[in-house]
Amino acid sequence: MSITPIDRLEFIRITAAATSVRKDTKSGVSVAPSASVTRALALRVNGEAVRLDVDTRVTLLDALREQLQLFGTKKGCDHGQCGACTVHVNGRRVLSCLTLAVMHDDDDIITVEGLERNGVLHPVQEAFIEHDAFQCGYCTAGQIMSAAALLNEPCGPSDDDVREQMSGNLCRCGAYPNIVAAIQSARGRA
Amino acid sequence: MHPFSYEKVTNEHEALERARLGKATFVAGGTTLVDLMKLNVEVPTALVDINGLPLNQIEDRSDGSIRIGALVRNGDLAHDSRIQSRYRVLSQAILAGASAQLRNMATTGGNLMQRTRCYYFRDPVYPCNKRQPGAGCAAMDGYNRIHAILGASDTCIATHPSDMAVALVALDASVHIRAANGERVVPIMEFHLLPGDTPDRETVIRPGELITYVTLPSGPFGPRSAYVKLRDRASYEFALASAAVALQLEGTTVRSARVALGGVATKPWRALEAEQVLTGAAANKATFLNAADAALTGAVPRRHNAYKIELAKRAVVRALADALTH
Ligand SMILES: Cc1cc2nc3c(=O)[nH]c(=O)nc-3n(C[C@H](O)[C@H](O)[C@H](O)COP(=O)(O)OP(=O)(O)OC[C@H]3O[C@@H](n4cnc5c(N)ncnc54)[C@H](O)[C@@H]3O)c2cc1C
Ligand code: SF4
Ligand code: FES
Ligand code: FES
Repeated sequence: MSITPIDRLEFIRITAAATSVRKDTKSGVSVAPSASVTRALALRVNGEAVRLDVDTRVTLLDALREQLQLFGTKKGCDHGQCGACTVHVNGRRVLSCLTLAVMHDDDDIITVEGLERNGVLHPVQEAFIEHDAFQCGYCTAGQIMSAAALLNEPCGPSDDDVREQMSGNLCRCGAYPNIVAAIQSARGRA
Repeated sequence: MHPFSYEKVTNEHEALERARLGKATFVAGGTTLVDLMKLNVEVPTALVDINGLPLNQIEDRSDGSIRIGALVRNGDLAHDSRIQSRYRVLSQAILAGASAQLRNMATTGGNLMQRTRCYYFRDPVYPCNKRQPGAGCAAMDGYNRIHAILGASDTCIATHPSDMAVALVALDASVHIRAANGERVVPIMEFHLLPGDTPDRETVIRPGELITYVTLPSGPFGPRSAYVKLRDRASYEFALASAAVALQLEGTTVRSARVALGGVATKPWRALEAEQVLTGAAANKATFLNAADAALTGAVPRRHNAYKIELAKRAVVRALADALTH
């Protein structure tokens, strides 16, 4: 097994004791070993500095839920197809299931737990309550995080414009009419 | 997911050097790669994070062209005022794709490199020549409603899923590629490969090569252009058929045209036959219908996707009508 300088560095960082060798199915040659690799991260989550040791395979979503116990952010599909895992990274809405935690050293993360300010709910949160914009609630954190970001994005005035910009957040309960109404009211357009 | 090493790089040289040394895979937005790693379809052993490279600008060049860095996010590109006014079809195509969250993550380079949505490719229990050359193709005689009617081979009938790339074909864009030993510029038409006997090779990119920029020429195409995308739901869904068109008019006559198709072909598809029909003809519905017929003359449907022929024709006609009246 030939080891490049990069692989050697990673060897030192491995946490698991066992190292097995995997066969690359394509070429049939032996490739890098299969022990987990961990990295130390420093980031800000909901305004607080956080230090984490993460396996490189851990998604931002799993780091938030499993390591930081921030269970507000939900895992729906884990493949970018539902929007339940939406959080803000450096002020922009993204899907936390399709990005690795290790890619967010130094980043500023806001989850639904960090949306309120000094005990005052975000206008989108207020509007969701007022308009009864949920049923089971599973999609709600993702809907709210998306909607909060939408307030600062280019988006036309109509309900259809809002539906299009919110199409990345599915609601299996079909609470869509009230979700759109809540967002329009938070935008001051209803 | 199999374990992998991770490094973040901050300059191109370092990126290429890492890739050369360690059989590394670049990660940008991660929206294709992380998804496929979870499915064990992509199994990288070393990730090189390129998000720290200074390739996130959209720049006006002195020759009138626009240069887009490989790390410009799809959403930022679509909302750029220069793109919206001068390259309307590109803005429309990007906004017709994925969701706002995904467009905030997805990059210009990554979008060109995204993999097919063929369900058999995404599930390692099925034989797939693209995933494992020589294994066979589960789609050929399987359920192939979403598959290609143009550019297919005996080994693979998967469609290329990108909307952005279809618009880039209609705009004569070029892709800039850096390798350890220099740079080359590839016309977008030559960037993606037909499956032929090697469906595992999808682009001219060789391992370790980096996309640095995409350039849009100043050219006659852009303002009078349009994208029409037809799919199973109104948003957040891949194309079953789409058309990117651009027209240059002389009075009411078409001086030149570009017609590109998405969702129906194994690569972002340029319909040269349709462009020939349009060139020199009156810009009206009858011409557009003829052009649509010409675009699909070579179509070969499989068991479940014959409907795509008519669907793609309608996309072409609607896109041409939209470009004309815009
Ligand atoms: C649910 C869902 C819906 C979607 N819907 C649509 C849609 O409707 N239309 C559409 O067009 N797309 C759609 N997409 C696909 C999306 O546009 C792509 O996943 C995205 O553009 C990929 O870009 P990325 O930066 O995230 O790539 P990554 O996942 O980071 O990388 C993808 C590949 O490109 C390589 N790569 C990345 N950058 C470079 C570079 N600079 N040089 C060389 N190689 C590079 C990587 O090594 C990797 O192999 C959808 C995706 C999801 C998950
Ligand atoms: S169509 Fe292509 S990608 Fe799909 S199963 Fe066949 S070989 Fe694989
Ligand atoms: S859990 Fe991330 S999009 Fe569904
Ligand atoms: S409220 Fe139940 S999924 Fe949206």
